[in-house]
Amino acid sequence: MRYAETGYVLEVDLTKGNIERVATDPKETELYLGGLGTNAKLLWDRVPAEVDAFSPENLLIFAAGLLCGTPATGCNRTIVSTISPQTKLMAFSMMGGFWAPELKYAGYDKVVLRGKSPKLVYLYINNDKVEIRDASHLKGKGAIETAELIKKELNEPRAQVAAIGLAGENRVFYASIEQGRSSASRGGIGAVMGDKGVKAVVVRGTKDLCVAKPEEFNDLCTEVLDYIKHREDNPIPDVMPILAGLGSPQEMKVHDEKWHTENFNWGNARTRRKDFWTDEVSHAWEETMDKARTRLISCFNCPMKCGATISMEGLPTYMMKCFTKLTYTMAAFSDLDFGLRMAQKATEYGLDGFSTPQVMAFAMELLEKGILKQSDFPGMPEENDAKFFYLLDMIVNRQGIGDILAEGTYWAAKKIGNGAEEFAHNNIKKHEQLPLKLSMLNPIYYLMYCTGEKINITQIEGQFPQAPYPKVEQREEFVKDWIQVPDDKFKDIFLQWEPRGEKSMPHFPTVDMCCDIVDWQEMMHYIDDALGQCAGLSSFPLKPPYHIHNYPKFISAGAGIEMDKEKLMKAAKRYRTLVRAFNIRRGMRRVDEQPPANHWKNRFPELEKELLDSYYKLKGWNDDGIPTKETLEELGLGYVAREFEKTGVYDGKPAVTAAATQETLLSGGVQP
Amino acid sequence: MSETKKRTIKTINIDADKCNGCRACEVICSSFHAMPPYSSNNPARSRVRVVRDPLRDIYIPLYAGDYTESECMGRDKFIIDGKEYDECGFCRTSCPSRDLFREPDSGLPLKCDLCDGEPEPLCVKWCLVGALSVTEREIEEPAEDLKNQELEIGLQSLMKRFGTEKLLDTVGQITKG
Repeated sequence: MRYAETGYVLEVDLTKGNIERVATDPKETELYLGGLGTNAKLLWDRVPAEVDAFSPENLLIFAAGLLCGTPATGCNRTIVSTISPQTKLMAFSMMGGFWAPELKYAGYDKVVLRGKSPKLVYLYINNDKVEIRDASHLKGKGAIETAELIKKELNEPRAQVAAIGLAGENRVFYASIEQGRSSASRGGIGAVMGDKGVKAVVVRGTKDLCVAKPEEFNDLCTEVLDYIKHREDNPIPDVMPILAGLGSPQEMKVHDEKWHTENFNWGNARTRRKDFWTDEVSHAWEETMDKARTRLISCFNCPMKCGATISMEGLPTYMMKCFTKLTYTMAAFSDLDFGLRMAQKATEYGLDGFSTPQVMAFAMELLEKGILKQSDFPGMPEENDAKFFYLLDMIVNRQGIGDILAEGTYWAAKKIGNGAEEFAHNNIKKHEQLPLKLSMLNPIYYLMYCTGEKINITQIEGQFPQAPYPKVEQREEFVKDWIQVPDDKFKDIFLQWEPRGEKSMPHFPTVDMCCDIVDWQEMMHYIDDALGQCAGLSSFPLKPPYHIHNYPKFISAGAGIEMDKEKLMKAAKRYRTLVRAFNIRRGMRRVDEQPPANHWKNRFPELEKELLDSYYKLKGWNDDGIPTKETLEELGLGYVAREFEKTGVYDGKPAVTAAATQETLLSGGVQP
Repeated sequence: MSETKKRTIKTINIDADKCNGCRACEVICSSFHAMPPYSSNNPARSRVRVVRDPLRDIYIPLYAGDYTESECMGRDKFIIDGKEYDECGFCRTSCPSRDLFREPDSGLPLKCDLCDGEPEPLCVKWCLVGALSVTEREIEEPAEDLKNQELEIGLQSLMKRFGTEKLLDTVGQITKG
């Protein structure tokens, strides 16, 4: 008997059209938990370093986290893992919504896609009946449109649909997988889905999902609900509104965008507009949002209303969450009305809301600097907003310059040449980042930016306050009910931390303290990603209802796996290390681990070196960021160590084909 | 004064405008009604279902009511504020015309019991957004003998329709067994 998980994986060979239901080994669950953890194991075992993102041997794994589908509030995430066409490393983008629980109710923990379908298809999973169905009539359709059409043709309004739009079909390197109000956007996994010829994965399930210790599990869930209510009534004082409560940043609810619009950069992450947020702008944007927003909405089994239904006049309705609200607006130096209109189109196309606007702003900057010519943009309208709509269409259809831009700023700059590389300035590991440019180095963020293999800062931060309180009394008040800390030393650090003077950044928290803070924050995200818990109720906000002290109980009572804090921390370290090992095998090294050069104005090379050295040491990695043999053995990853020794990874040899550092392009782009 | 007796009526107030469509009510309902309680969950077994269609902004938490063997002669469809709701969209009946409120495996009907034995229905407890709330009120209703007057009225109408003799024959036939 398996609890919380179903014990089955759907293996789909798209080349042959073969579908199998395969039982999994409960031992693997104990070692790697589920979701990201077991995905990493599958990828390590079955996707060697030579395999490209767009090779039939690449796997595209849709996983429901270990506790998805149980009554644990907010546990609803689908973890999609594959090789990213953009970073050429492991991509593990995630989405909330309703898909993962439905998969559990259908009787599966994962769907593993391999091979390539000769024609466009969609997969329909209806409990025990699984079919590969023709999708040629859906070619070119929008992602949301596709979901609606499929539900209609199956006469199954309760089916959950994860679909790609035209961007995924055309293998745009930052194409997303869309699922109603959610999307798995980062790393270009939608392009891999398109390459495999899969338009959508549709699931409907009506089976029971069991938990091991019913009463105990229910009590834990009730405690979490009570704590959420407590936190709703007691926001964190004296911090920005978006940091005070639970959930994802409440972008759909909050009108005041002074902080984002004046602190984040506009255009190609270039221009800070310090006096942007005037009363006039504030009123206009509030009116736009009020008119557009029909309702604040949630994912499966979660009271947080992080998303919204958006209806712009004359455009089909779509759903949105978080910061995509502003990315298009700010990239184009436009207003919210434009941003919401563009996001509608981009959502149907299935595009990442962070990379896409930046790529377009990058193109505009290259044109302005004369690196790209007016002739590269035939038929481009004069008007600013219209230019961006034009560019979006060019990219998604891979027309002309759009074919090159479709590969993101890093690869596009390489192809364009003529100094374009300088303008692809906001990447980590070839992937576009938030448009933030700051003055003083923040050592905690430095480590997260360098070493985060999600390659997306908001997916690593949380738990520890972003800034110190000026007054000791405020700090004392804060630590009083800070039950989430794994160790009281974090309270001591926070109590000492000052905004100015000796105990301030960049030298305080000290190097060792920073390492511990980053390790804790990252660990919580990795646990969430294995369990399928939304970061919005766990690793992302301050003082969340889920933490290192109640998670082991949830796993014991839910999945029936004996668990305590130490065992959970070790499991998280195990698959976190495996993710790194997978990327090391693909060629990632210390040299790849750096923030955008202009992220901070005031840099401290010696301190930064010490930070990275110490953090690697804490993690059990050598000076090049490679997990040591001892670390691997201790975590039960001896098989990784043996492969590293066999292939000479420890001897400084480049990886077999060094996929991550390979500078060739995957798809046939047109040279400018 | 005619005699009356007191009875508690529980009302679940459904504020559809506040529903966020998360389906927590379905999760906890099916979990509570599992055997043993909380051992499993399956929204398809839930006695409350959120009829949701986000793109049309439709969110209606609907509770399982009575079972019927035969479906209605016609169907109804509501349009409110320009939003068109599904056919029979507000009907609580477990009915042969649809699979709602029936066990997915056996097809047996489901009916909301307001979580008998719990201080409040668990769907209400789990609905932190306030779309579901419960109120209780006491009502006074006529005692049994007064209710007999209703019986008389009913019988008279049957007599009028079928004739006294036929009615007595039928009562006799039914009670024989």
